[in-house]
Amino acid sequence: MTDSAKDSTTAGVPRRTLLKGTAGILAAGMFPAVHAQEKIVLRYLGTAVNQDKTIGDKFKADTGIEIQYVAVTTDDVTKRAVTAPNSFDLIDTEYFSLKNIVPTGNLKGINTKRIKNADKITTLFTTGMVAGKAVGDQGTAPKKVIYLEGERSKTFAKAPTQWMSIIPTVYNADTLGIRPDLIKRPISSWAELLNPEFKGKAAILNIPSIGIMDAAMVVEAMGLYKYPDKGNMTKKEIDLTIKTLIDAKKAGQFRSLWKDFNESVNLMASGEVVIQSMWSPAVTAVRTKGIACTFQPLKEGYRAWASGFGLPATLSGRKLDGAYEFINWFLDGWAGAYLNRQGYYSAVLETAKAKMEPYEWAYWMEGKPATEDIKSPNGDVLAKKGESRDGGSYEQRMGGIACWNAVMDENAYMVKKWNEFVAA
Amino acid sequence: MQTSPSVSPPVGASAPGRTLAAWWQAAPLTLVFCLFFLLPLALILMVSFWDFNEYQMLPDFTFKNYFSVFEGCLSPGDLCVTFKTYLSTLRFCFLVWLITLLIGFTVAYFVAFHVRSAMVQTVLFVLCTIPFWTSNVIRMIAWVPLLGRNGLVNDGLIALGLVKQPVEWLLFSNFSVVLAFVHLFTTFMIVPIFNSMMRIDRRLLEAASDCGASAWQTLWSVIVPLSRTGIIIGSIFVITIVMGDFVTIGVMGGQQIASVGKIIQVQSSYLQFPLAAANAMILLALVLMMIWGLTRLVDIRKEL
Repeated sequence: MTDSAKDSTTAGVPRRTLLKGTAGILAAGMFPAVHAQEKIVLRYLGTAVNQDKTIGDKFKADTGIEIQYVAVTTDDVTKRAVTAPNSFDLIDTEYFSLKNIVPTGNLKGINTKRIKNADKITTLFTTGMVAGKAVGDQGTAPKKVIYLEGERSKTFAKAPTQWMSIIPTVYNADTLGIRPDLIKRPISSWAELLNPEFKGKAAILNIPSIGIMDAAMVVEAMGLYKYPDKGNMTKKEIDLTIKTLIDAKKAGQFRSLWKDFNESVNLMASGEVVIQSMWSPAVTAVRTKGIACTFQPLKEGYRAWASGFGLPATLSGRKLDGAYEFINWFLDGWAGAYLNRQGYYSAVLETAKAKMEPYEWAYWMEGKPATEDIKSPNGDVLAKKGESRDGGSYEQRMGGIACWNAVMDENAYMVKKWNEFVAA
Repeated sequence: MQTSPSVSPPVGASAPGRTLAAWWQAAPLTLVFCLFFLLPLALILMVSFWDFNEYQMLPDFTFKNYFSVFEGCLSPGDLCVTFKTYLSTLRFCFLVWLITLLIGFTVAYFVAFHVRSAMVQTVLFVLCTIPFWTSNVIRMIAWVPLLGRNGLVNDGLIALGLVKQPVEWLLFSNFSVVLAFVHLFTTFMIVPIFNSMMRIDRRLLEAASDCGASAWQTLWSVIVPLSRTGIIIGSIFVITIVMGDFVTIGVMGGQQIASVGKIIQVQSSYLQFPLAAANAMILLALVLMMIWGLTRLVDIRKEL
């Protein structure tokens, strides 16, 4: 788009647009007066993990706009964005999926001039830096796909522009989860996942695009191969990675693979598995059952992921305004503080900090020992006084990112090889 | 439709009207069938010849997807993924079919012939369907705490001193998959077999015994042939379900055992619809062949 002012509603509405708009409303057989009274309902497509009822309720209480959650799996979010772009008003998707969604033209760029806190979004997304230091950018790092060339662009911009593909909401750095009570020794490397010591007691996740990254971390840690870019492997590199997994599987290394968040919780809580790929809320879930579980920081670093809000290309009028209002509200601090208390990280840190107690901020973001009991948003005690968070401060954790979840150029081949691993 | 005169012998002047009425009566179902079954199936067939990239399907006419499914299958040595997967699925299919048939037949036989009171029969029959009141997935997951490493069975075995280490093959193995299938699908055998057994004329059994047949001979020469329809219908249910299943194999096999359904599911979730469609067509062809084979054994339409 060359003319950005055209879509900015803050500019004076030209008479012609007004006439056109009125004509449109009349043509649609709707009366403006009735229309204006109607409540806005936004259909929010995303994964269940991010769709918190409390957040929707709070937003409605603050603005009167209703959020209707549509919960599907990570893969299905992409699928719907590509195949049914009119079935939602707001999408919450991961950055790596953008490589599949943006070329379809089903999303419109988000005008950062309408986002109040746009310039306060953490530099991890905009420049790939944490506290002035660059972090690992292998895979689909957000900085590679966050900017679009224009509002209706199907390609990513190399340099920052006014248009963002999706506005970051939550992100985290994942690592292996372990049962310290059953392993009884320190774990410090990804290589331990395939250590024969844990034969029949390990698990890896069965979502090919994420599982392959975990496998790549393991292959590098075992010293088998050093990838130029784990997030974009060649066919040969994929073969090597899958072969390593198949050999381990044939030797009986894996107790199970898991696909669903709850499965990983059950495997760990029941003791079927003592070391596995895991997500942060799953570790929290095991812990709330009173079972020891650590989200173990490893010397090779973390595999990071990030998700954000996008707008479907066809969204317009009051719904579009409502969607912008939601994004602005989300970055305004309350939601950020809520997410930070769950162990995620929010996109705009300073607004979230203002809504958190100093002792909470010190525990979650600065990695300091808790000076009071740390509670989850629902009131469960997550950490007792004196404990500190796995992985330390925000800078330590995010600074330790080694790679990002990714969609590779050889994605089709990778999926095919992954199926071979499952069948082996 | 042309067979209707043979069914209704008095062919009168009303025949054209009747035929028309019959067409009208069949129309709604035909329409639903075409719209929700034949049309989607035709679309899947069409898409299986299309090309695709990361995010869209490209209309084309190519056998690429089919070649890709069978890639490496002609080379000697290791079996290719497709053959290996089908072989594993077929093996499950056979085992589950055999076990559900044996159990299903026995249960149906007991309820149909050994239980005299119609009341008790009804109660027992309802009892068989009770497991269906809870969801499929719940019934599967219920096995996990029972068979797991720290599960009830292992705890019991260790307490009895039968084993020293927990038995690992109880869960996330071929055994647990077959167990869950049998648990889930035996009812599909019991119901149709019971149904055909109830329609056997009891005088035939008396006649058999009067002619000096032993209980075993009666079973094998009278009851089994007359329950054939039920057995075939039950077999069709079980075979089609097991061939297409990916949830049970996924959960009970610890996601480590491949199934055709799982491959299709992974492909479609990665937007490789044409590839998934090609796989679906192959699976469909195979299942249809199996069912065709089964219906050769008995003319279901005639027997019902």
